[in-house]
Amino acid sequence: MSLIADIHKRLGDFRLDAEFEADEGITCLLGASGCGKSYTLKCIAGIERPDYGHIELDGVVLFDSKKHINLPPQKRRVGYLFQNYALFPNMTVRQNILCGLHRESDRTRREKRLREMLSLMQLEGLENHKPAQLSGGQQQRVALGRILVSEPRMLMLDEPFSALDAHLRDALKVELRDMLLRYGREVLMVTHSREEAYNMSSRIAVMDAGRLLDMKPTKELFADPGSIAAAVLTGCKNISGARKTGAYEVEVPAWGVRLETSMPVRDGLKAVGIRAHYFNPSARQNRYSVEYIEEMEEPFEHTLQFRYRDQSPDSEPIWWRMAKDKRPQSFPEELGIAPVNILLLYK
Amino acid sequence: MNIDWYPLWNSLRIAAISCVLVFFLGIFFAYYASRLPRVIKGVLDVILTLPMVLPPTVCGYFLLLLVGVRRPLGMFLAQYGVKFVMTWYGGVLAAAVVAFPLMYRTARGAFESFDRTLAYSGQTLGLSNTYIFWRIRMPACRQGILAGTVLAFARALGEYGATSMLIGYTPGRTATISTTVYQLWRTNDEAGAFFWVLVNLAISTVVLLAVNLLEARQKKAVRA
Repeated sequence: MSLIADIHKRLGDFRLDAEFEADEGITCLLGASGCGKSYTLKCIAGIERPDYGHIELDGVVLFDSKKHINLPPQKRRVGYLFQNYALFPNMTVRQNILCGLHRESDRTRREKRLREMLSLMQLEGLENHKPAQLSGGQQQRVALGRILVSEPRMLMLDEPFSALDAHLRDALKVELRDMLLRYGREVLMVTHSREEAYNMSSRIAVMDAGRLLDMKPTKELFADPGSIAAAVLTGCKNISGARKTGAYEVEVPAWGVRLETSMPVRDGLKAVGIRAHYFNPSARQNRYSVEYIEEMEEPFEHTLQFRYRDQSPDSEPIWWRMAKDKRPQSFPEELGIAPVNILLLYK
Repeated sequence: MNIDWYPLWNSLRIAAISCVLVFFLGIFFAYYASRLPRVIKGVLDVILTLPMVLPPTVCGYFLLLLVGVRRPLGMFLAQYGVKFVMTWYGGVLAAAVVAFPLMYRTARGAFESFDRTLAYSGQTLGLSNTYIFWRIRMPACRQGILAGTVLAFARALGEYGATSMLIGYTPGRTATISTTVYQLWRTNDEAGAFFWVLVNLAISTVVLLAVNLLEARQKKAVRA
């Protein structure tokens, strides 16, 4: 049970090169807008055609440029939840879901499966509503029900929460994750939101400017992004070029500091990253004097911007973020970071 | 007053038949044009829209060049008893050619603003392209399609230039409302001309009222 994808496509100046495998469970494609995530999904669904490559699902070849195989989307049995849910506006909820049941020729069985899906998706009583009369969350459930009822071999979700109000998102994330885990097959989800990726997925593939950088278990990726693009996408605010100066030591010229690491530093280091939450007034290692520049208050957090005393003037200020109740009365003159929180970035 | 109702009947059947033809042809070309590469689409667009901007008499002239009795195609068709010159169904040809661009352009505009993800999601659900076209794309574009059909019908009903070139005016055979109005006015039968003007006004008003009613009912259905 797995998806093997090797997709190459040239679109004007843009090049898409995505090669990965996904097994059961939820895999996330994380990347900024326009990095080719959605295009990758469309190639797998058969809506777009790669220039060359190979796509295989559960042993069935969906696309192969060398063997001249290119199954139409209808034959791929790949469920695709679109960003705007793509419900058919002229049809009722019932008719929309029946569109996913058109392969079922037996009338009583079709009706039974429709009932089951309506109840699973908590859509009872809304059968005769048109999509325009539904809330965003209801629309999402209709779209998902319409797909699941067609029993696809795998499921793809394109930014499933972007069409929803912020306050609905958290509740729906939990709901959707439970449904997807019950579905029990490969799920490929595209998102630009690190929170969604972290909440929903067991694996993350990072995409940057048309290239799929690497794929790691979710927690591992956040603990050790490994590349500058992955560090940015996982929300790392402070990134600066660095070079190796010892087995467990790096120098960050723009910040004018040397930092001790807990992981051995390999050759070919490009940069280091420090997440804004990980500065610590009481940490004993990597302590340097700082000058504060600006303070910004958010609903539940404080953000401070500071510079190291020897920081080069043309480099960006550094962000330190803390929960509101952790804000000290007076700001310490020196800040430290535990060596384990220095992210080593090689790409 | 003894009125010959032939022009009414003839106009209505010419407009109705050419409208049906233009409906399918317009949709067919609009659908395929909206999927073509840009350059080819541009060229095709010019050719298909020309009858709208050319004077109808020029369209009629081209039609005579094509299906005239001494032209190759005209002679070929004559072997099978099909003659477009001076026949009522020649009027269908003339009206269809002139009304076609109206249907084609409005339908194309509607197709181009169609949300493609609807078609894509239909495909990934395994629905056939034919089903998607008739049950999803067409209903989503129905406002534009309906508008195009009405415009085409109205244009076909009012066709004069190309019609008079191709089928002329023969009472009881090729006379339409618009050619009759001209003929009666030319022969100083002002009362007769005025009568047919009123008939034409009545038909146009009924058509427009029907369209407005349809639209209102649709809006109501969407809201309910």
